[in-house]
Amino acid sequence: MASLGDIIRESQIWKSVFRHPLPVDRRNRVVVMLTNFFLHLHPVSVKKQGIALSYTWCMGGVTFFLFLVETITGVLLMFYYRPTLEWAYNDILALRDVASLGILRELHRWGAHAMVITVWLHMYRVFLTGSYKPPREFNWVVGGILLLLTLLLSFTGYLLPWDQLAIWAITVGSNMARATPFLGFEGPGAQLLTVDGIDMITNASDARFGLLGARFVGEETLNRFYVLHCIAIPLGAALLIAIHFWRVRKDGGISGPL
Amino acid sequence: MHGNEAEFLESITGFVGAWYLFAALMNTGAALYLWRSGRVTTLVKVAGVGLNTLTLWALVATVFVTLSGLAFGGGVGGLRLPQALRDAFDAVMAPQYYVTGMLVFLAILYVARRFFVQPVVAWGGLNFVLLYMGLSITDPDFASIVTKPDNVPIVGLVYLLGFFTWLGAYKAVLNDDRLAEGLEPLEKADDEKVLVWPDLVYTELICMVALTALLLVWGILLQAPLEEAASTVKTPNPSKAPWYFLGLQEMLVYYDPWMAGVVLPSVVVAGLMAIPYIDYNKAGSGYYTISQRKFAYVTFQFGFLVLWVTLIVMGTFMRGPNWNFFGLYETWDAHKVEALNNVDLSEYFWVSLLGSARPSAPLGSSGVVSLGYILLREAPGFVCVFLYFAALPPAMVLGCKWMEDRPLLSKLRIVDMKELFLRAGFVRYMVISHLLLLMGLLPLKMVLRWTVNMKYFISIPEYFLNF
Repeated sequence: MASLGDIIRESQIWKSVFRHPLPVDRRNRVVVMLTNFFLHLHPVSVKKQGIALSYTWCMGGVTFFLFLVETITGVLLMFYYRPTLEWAYNDILALRDVASLGILRELHRWGAHAMVITVWLHMYRVFLTGSYKPPREFNWVVGGILLLLTLLLSFTGYLLPWDQLAIWAITVGSNMARATPFLGFEGPGAQLLTVDGIDMITNASDARFGLLGARFVGEETLNRFYVLHCIAIPLGAALLIAIHFWRVRKDGGISGPL
Repeated sequence: MHGNEAEFLESITGFVGAWYLFAALMNTGAALYLWRSGRVTTLVKVAGVGLNTLTLWALVATVFVTLSGLAFGGGVGGLRLPQALRDAFDAVMAPQYYVTGMLVFLAILYVARRFFVQPVVAWGGLNFVLLYMGLSITDPDFASIVTKPDNVPIVGLVYLLGFFTWLGAYKAVLNDDRLAEGLEPLEKADDEKVLVWPDLVYTELICMVALTALLLVWGILLQAPLEEAASTVKTPNPSKAPWYFLGLQEMLVYYDPWMAGVVLPSVVVAGLMAIPYIDYNKAGSGYYTISQRKFAYVTFQFGFLVLWVTLIVMGTFMRGPNWNFFGLYETWDAHKVEALNNVDLSEYFWVSLLGSARPSAPLGSSGVVSLGYILLREAPGFVCVFLYFAALPPAMVLGCKWMEDRPLLSKLRIVDMKELFLRAGFVRYMVISHLLLLMGLLPLKMVLRWTVNMKYFISIPEYFLNF
């Protein structure tokens, strides 16, 4: 008599979802990598030393995993949080004091800090193994942009709790934009941009204004950073992650001597 | 700032006890591993009695267990660095000693890497920093800055970087030895291929489970910071950017915001992405090595570990109210006064050297005349900056050649600039040398600030242009 597991695995439903038998023999371990959407990111086989932990440190994968953690916890946090001056801080308070499973924000914040660190460590390993050398140059550039996006994701998220820590960190961080050459109203060269004696670059039209949506960190900034944090930057990062992974495969596979 | 002593000690008892217990377990694990794998080595032999690694780590574990017992037993107050040592540490700590100290420390690690990568040395170093942390965290000031929730990840970063820098150097030294013997690097020698299912997907699964567990534990033990509601009228002192930007905030001490906040970060990003295109060295692709890429290795470590991480650590732990410098065991006193008498180069030149007043346009002169006077006033600075960026690139090539002929100096040389120039070509050489010069300018400005209170080379506040 067939076991329950066999009955399930022989059913039309199972077979329609998983287009391969269990990966218990060599043939099906190959087939599973080729026919499963989530697994097809990988090649069928890799160099053994390339996946040795002491060689790869796993930090790129860890960064990607943390990106997924941030996405999931971020979506859950969005259920609780309204980006307005009236509600932002109170929603975070309620999240801490009222919501069940009250470590959602902790997971999101510590995951974010960890992601900044792991992305640096990934870069460190790629540098130390010289894995940016031809033909992998362009993927290093993509990685550089992803590093920048990670920092910007963290930076935009830093404002959202709308507490003292948040607004002053963003104030200090964005004040720099005031001094952008030509485009910041306190930057060198800004005075040169005048029309008939009227300054074109003022504190209501300069680079910092573009970043904050206002002359100081206020409700416009909160809204702007919220949209950047939840939609614009994650979408950009997701696209670049896809390119990053694809180029790993195309440029000679995971790190290792070519 | 930290209420009463007894309350503080009680609050950290659990942490300190667990910390030492963790250290003890680590050493027990190491001793067990050595015993089971038969990799015990004898370290010293005195009068026929040898001390081997197994005994050493077992002894260290015993010490940590004892410390843990003392801590849990309520003796946390006694487990501190002596007050005199902490005071001395605070007294000598200042940005110049901290930054140069880190530079010297990393240089020693690099030069003597063959010694430091030995597992027994590295493990000893790890034990030392674990003990140092345990003995320091019982100081209320140290504890208040290190245990701030958002600072905890940076403590983690320091330990992780220490570990991974060791790991990278360890594997590089192994490969360098093989390369010196004419063998292939280990990564090339092993050509075996394995199937991704199960060898990689299971590793990934285990990693994900372990990380999820780690995040959950971290989230339960440490609450995310939430201060009082935002107020645009109450400026906290100090006001700090998020921790990963604190290196840039530290640069504000030496540079104007347009440089520290806009130009240099852009150069950092652009320079980072340019690495594959300016590193013409084909060797060392895909395996750890230092000997084949000395110049790239040293430059990267200088940029990453010194200019980036060291400054972040300083900005996080040692910059207090008014961005004043505080030792790790010092109370953050908002009234600490530091004399700031910084002098521009133009003042040094016109006033101190020539004994005249700085040139300034007569009242009521036109814009062009005023600009002329400003340019004259800042002429010494312009000359210096021009020489730095225009004369040094060729000078570096000549200097390398000069070093080549001197046997003692040529040993110190990590790069042949002439070869670099010839192989990279004019444009790439200019990009490389200017990136190097920009990297070098920060420590140069730091040293000038510490020694002669130099403020700006070029100071044109009229046009917000200070350099």
